[in-house]
Amino acid sequence: MIFEIKDLWVKVQGHDEFILKGVELSIGRGEVHVLMGPNGSGKSTLLKTIVGMPQYKIVRGSILFMGKEINDLQPYERAKMGIGIAFQSPPRIRVKTKYLVELITTKFKTRLLPYEEYNIGHLVNRDLYDGFSGGEKKRTEMYLTILQRPKLALLDEPDSGVDVDSLALIARGIEYLIEEGASILLVTHLGYILRYLDVVTKLHVMINGKIVYSGEPEKALDLILTHGYSYFMKGGASYG
Amino acid sequence: MDRRELRVNFSKYDYGEKEMIEEVEEVPKEYKEKAKEVGIEVDKGGGIYFQIDHNAIYQKLVDRLRKKGVIIMSIGEALRRFEWVKGYYWHALNPKADRASKIVEEHRRNGYFIYIPSELKLDEPIQTCLFIAKQNVAQPVHNLVIVGDDAEATLITGCTAITEEALHIGASEFYIGNNAKLTFIMIHNWTSKIHVRPRTGVIVGKGGVFTNYYVNMRPGETIQMLPEAVLHDGARAYLTSIIKSGGRALVDIGGRIVFKGNDTRGEVITRSVVMGRAEVTMRGILETEGNANARGHLECRGLLLSDSARAIAIPQLEAKGMRANLTHEAAIGKISEEELNYLMAKGFTEEEAVSIIVRGFLEAGLDLLPENVRNGVKLVLDSMAKSL
Repeated sequence: MIFEIKDLWVKVQGHDEFILKGVELSIGRGEVHVLMGPNGSGKSTLLKTIVGMPQYKIVRGSILFMGKEINDLQPYERAKMGIGIAFQSPPRIRVKTKYLVELITTKFKTRLLPYEEYNIGHLVNRDLYDGFSGGEKKRTEMYLTILQRPKLALLDEPDSGVDVDSLALIARGIEYLIEEGASILLVTHLGYILRYLDVVTKLHVMINGKIVYSGEPEKALDLILTHGYSYFMKGGASYG
Repeated sequence: MDRRELRVNFSKYDYGEKEMIEEVEEVPKEYKEKAKEVGIEVDKGGGIYFQIDHNAIYQKLVDRLRKKGVIIMSIGEALRRFEWVKGYYWHALNPKADRASKIVEEHRRNGYFIYIPSELKLDEPIQTCLFIAKQNVAQPVHNLVIVGDDAEATLITGCTAITEEALHIGASEFYIGNNAKLTFIMIHNWTSKIHVRPRTGVIVGKGGVFTNYYVNMRPGETIQMLPEAVLHDGARAYLTSIIKSGGRALVDIGGRIVFKGNDTRGEVITRSVVMGRAEVTMRGILETEGNANARGHLECRGLLLSDSARAIAIPQLEAKGMRANLTHEAAIGKISEEELNYLMAKGFTEEEAVSIIVRGFLEAGLDLLPENVRNGVKLVLDSMAKSL
């Protein structure tokens, strides 16, 4: 296993209740895992905890990456080890996009990718995410994540709020990451992106801070689309 | 907490006996290196004026430029040699305006005179350096720049010091002819106990463009300046100030544009990074006269990097008549956690993330600069964002 989460309990700073309540998850090298669940179930919290965002406090459990516990590592140390994240709604950064692209390639000693492949050439001279459309944000965030050449890519709803053309480009980005040998944990709300992806290893459903279902993707998706998440809340599913 | 007063004891500094011109073959290496930090490359370019304390030690004007009619020399020499220069002397500035101006009028110790003849479009920048080397020296200089009708030029002035205590007063007058263009880049890098009082007056003729790009890497103990540009019909002025201050520096900067003619446009932009216990006042004044059809915009932005830092924005718009369109925006704040967290998740340490955000914040008005000087200015901004 390249990545493992064991009995993870997480609180957000300043709040008493747990957001994640005993999450268990393992991802093998080159595997693609999809995480679905209703709003507020803790999907984004899980990704942000994995990258080490300071407001998410691990109270119990551990996160292992390449056999090493990373609970106490700084975000930049985790990134250096090979964990990359594409945020769901990245904030505006008052820095020219091109400048940040240069900094990331320098930092990770990677090669620049053609902007055209992600249709972001017209954006690189602007401040990052300053007035970008939904699709522009997702494509740029995907591009920046790929630039890091991550061993584990965490993709937070890359398919929400984007047009069909952007969706195809983003899917191509994911395929590229897979070809490069990365493992992927992909959060999706409605599952649009799955139509574009050939290989998904497993689909997980998260309800109320816990992964309640892990199984073969087509079957799971079918259950979600037919019954909605309420099916999983009632405890009608078993681990597949 | 009361705001501190911008006070300086002008009489405690050494004004010397007279201005001097003791030229050397080459600028000594230590000064050359230091000047490089403020964008001055003595070994490059065909037009250079270099002054240390009261002494105009080095002037270079290659034949290529001389033959085209370009003049670079000390102001005293220009006044002695050309009667017509007197018509421009103390014309865009009032010598009685304040104590600092009066001191320059009474105790002038050189300063540069630059003349770009009409229709000449210079594609290389002229460089000037005002350097302070002696402890406790006062350096009151008078600079005069004339750009003839339809001419275009870029001037870079670097001001810096290797001594701790000193006073720098620069009275600078700019005359931009009809349809002429001047890009004036001024880079300051002072030591901690220097007081600085630049006084700048600019007259922009019909259809002329004046771009003032001011960078202050380190302001010294106090600095106070409010360059003023008066615009005639169709003229434009862009005044950008970028400043990083720390320690106990007391800074009062900005710009003023007087829209005298019709179809005039102007912008005053101030960006200020404030650290330590520094206090920065950003001023901007846009003022129209006689129902001029004018459009102006003012922007003051402060980025606070310490709990004891202080920033004050004072934008002022003054319109006469219905044809004026003046706007302003002001914002002061700290670096957002969200931005920091984002960059850290992308692999940057907290220090690197702060530096990246500061670098982005400093990047204003660069598009207005000619291609051939932009990279040099970028390097200066890079070094400012790195040493926080």
